Amino acid sequence: MTDKTDFLNGNVACAEGALAAGCRFFAGYPITPSTEVAERMALRLPKVGGVFIQMEDELASAAAIIGGSWAGARTMTATSGPGFSLMMENIGYATFTETPIVIVNVQRGGPSTGQPTMAAQGDMLQCRYGSHGDYSVIALSPSSVQEMYDLTVKAFNLADRFRTPVFLMTDETIGHMREKITLHSNVEIIPRRELKEGELPCAPDENGVPGFGTFGMGHNVHITGLTHNEKGYPATDSAEIHEKLVRRQVRKIEDFRNEIADVDIVNPDAELVFISYGAPTRTVRQLLNDNPDTYGHLNLRIVWPFPDESLLAFKNAKAFIIPEMNLGQIAKEVRQHTNIPIVVVPKLGGALHTPAELLKAVEVAKTVKKPVTEVRL
Amino acid sequence: MNLEDWYRQDRLPHIYCAGCGNGTILNCTLRAVEELDYKKEETTFISGIGCSSRAAGYTSSDSLHTTHGRALAFATGLKLVKPRQHVIVFTGDGDCSAIGGNHFIHACRRNIDITVICMNNNIYGMTGGQGSPCTPYGAISTTTPYGMQEQPFDLCKVAEAAGANYVARWTSFHVKELTEAIRVGLETPGLSFIEVMTQCPTSFGSKNKMRQVTQMLDMFRDNAVLKAKADRDAAKGILPSPEKFVVGQFVRRNNPPLGVEAAK
Repeated sequence: MTDKTDFLNGNVACAEGALAAGCRFFAGYPITPSTEVAERMALRLPKVGGVFIQMEDELASAAAIIGGSWAGARTMTATSGPGFSLMMENIGYATFTETPIVIVNVQRGGPSTGQPTMAAQGDMLQCRYGSHGDYSVIALSPSSVQEMYDLTVKAFNLADRFRTPVFLMTDETIGHMREKITLHSNVEIIPRRELKEGELPCAPDENGVPGFGTFGMGHNVHITGLTHNEKGYPATDSAEIHEKLVRRQVRKIEDFRNEIADVDIVNPDAELVFISYGAPTRTVRQLLNDNPDTYGHLNLRIVWPFPDESLLAFKNAKAFIIPEMNLGQIAKEVRQHTNIPIVVVPKLGGALHTPAELLKAVEVAKTVKKPVTEVRL
Repeated sequence: MNLEDWYRQDRLPHIYCAGCGNGTILNCTLRAVEELDYKKEETTFISGIGCSSRAAGYTSSDSLHTTHGRALAFATGLKLVKPRQHVIVFTGDGDCSAIGGNHFIHACRRNIDITVICMNNNIYGMTGGQGSPCTPYGAISTTTPYGMQEQPFDLCKVAEAAGANYVARWTSFHVKELTEAIRVGLETPGLSFIEVMTQCPTSFGSKNKMRQVTQMLDMFRDNAVLKAKADRDAAKGILPSPEKFVVGQFVRRNNPPLGVEAAK
């Protein structure tokens, strides 16, 4: 088998990445602009021994992939904003029961039904904080069709390695655009670590991650969304057990920020530095091509946990310019990690930023003094 | 395996109130599983939220205690990935028919090969006795202090109409019949729905003139009408009195199930 070149849209590439990663169960509900992921999985999964099911809603889709994961499969669903909101309940369940699942959010304009066919990045904070309680997540953001494929594979590996839901936070532009893509004959698979005999099902290893007690393997585990002890049994009235559990689950991700981080750093000596992820990265790259060696660029393929140390690579930075297809959600996170002035460049409505709009932001950035300045396009 | 081996001994005693019927239903379920000689590694218990749903945690095989109303959706995913697994879902009237109503209808429609045991105590017990979609008309609960003004669901009719292959109703009084019904349900491919009327003396009986546990069990005995008798009465044009309810097997059919391993 050799690598294969194809010309696909991002959503189809995502489905192909999932199949290459060994995903064998997909549960979903139709929603624009993510539906092609489900359609491709419906077509392809039965041919590779997997199962596709269309559920009654997104609550059920998230539930079904968690159930499928405990049965031992790599499982995935895909949705957009309104469906993502419905999934929040079971996303919390997956984090607290440490269930590896992959959720693709092909973002569209919100709030509410919003702009079903237009791109946006408005769910980035919902992805991080949307379910109740304290927890941490991993989220990736592709900016090309090739990355839709590669980062979907990576999402499954991260989900199994860290035993957590992993989000592919893409958008309508990347999901629906067609590009040349290389489908790999072989991708790296990092499997989840099976529970060992004698090991407690919720006791962490040296990385803070317990072994996975796949159902039907004789582990006889009890898994609950209640606060639980290391045996997995409910222990809801112990402050000590609750705090230890929540902190351990947050730390198993946050302590590994640098291992998880996946960024591109361009022109680290520059004074004006763009920070972007997803579709806006494409415009920033265009600007950098047109003006070589002028601006710095930090592209985030991993958005959560936020790779804060990568900001330190830009030692001469006088301003961070952050174009986002929301009102500055990741800019808020950047602000928490730096005192360097931030220029927020929000754009709503679905169209990408243009290079001219980014140049307008550059002009503002040249003289910026305030900690946060918003450029009105 | 003995019946005792199906209990997760280090989690006992359970949290159920004195006089609660849920323990009886768990016992009947595990007896049916034991009679069928299931192996632990082939058996999975899944539940939602509420008193009923704590039952999964007292079984000794793999068990998944999920979110409120969603147990059937979790079970669907697990069963489709591992069709060889015997999947048994514990749910309650609120969990199954209020917050989980849509999942219930669709699990029945898909006829997914799982057995659903619904402990219907006519009330939200875990949260202290609020009205549910199965609280009888006129009954008192903390959220229907002047009497329930809505009509209750007939869960068995819902399950039958939605497409479940096996549907039966018994009560915590009818332990032999219930055990047998669960066994038949487990052996029937497709979705098997067994509704069990059960007593909640703490939150339902105490507010509805059945303070003693035995009063509720007597009520189940006295008001349960066998399906065959109900059918005979109906043929004669005799209208059932409102306090009566029908018990027995309502349907057993052989529509194509989902989640059954294809014969090789």
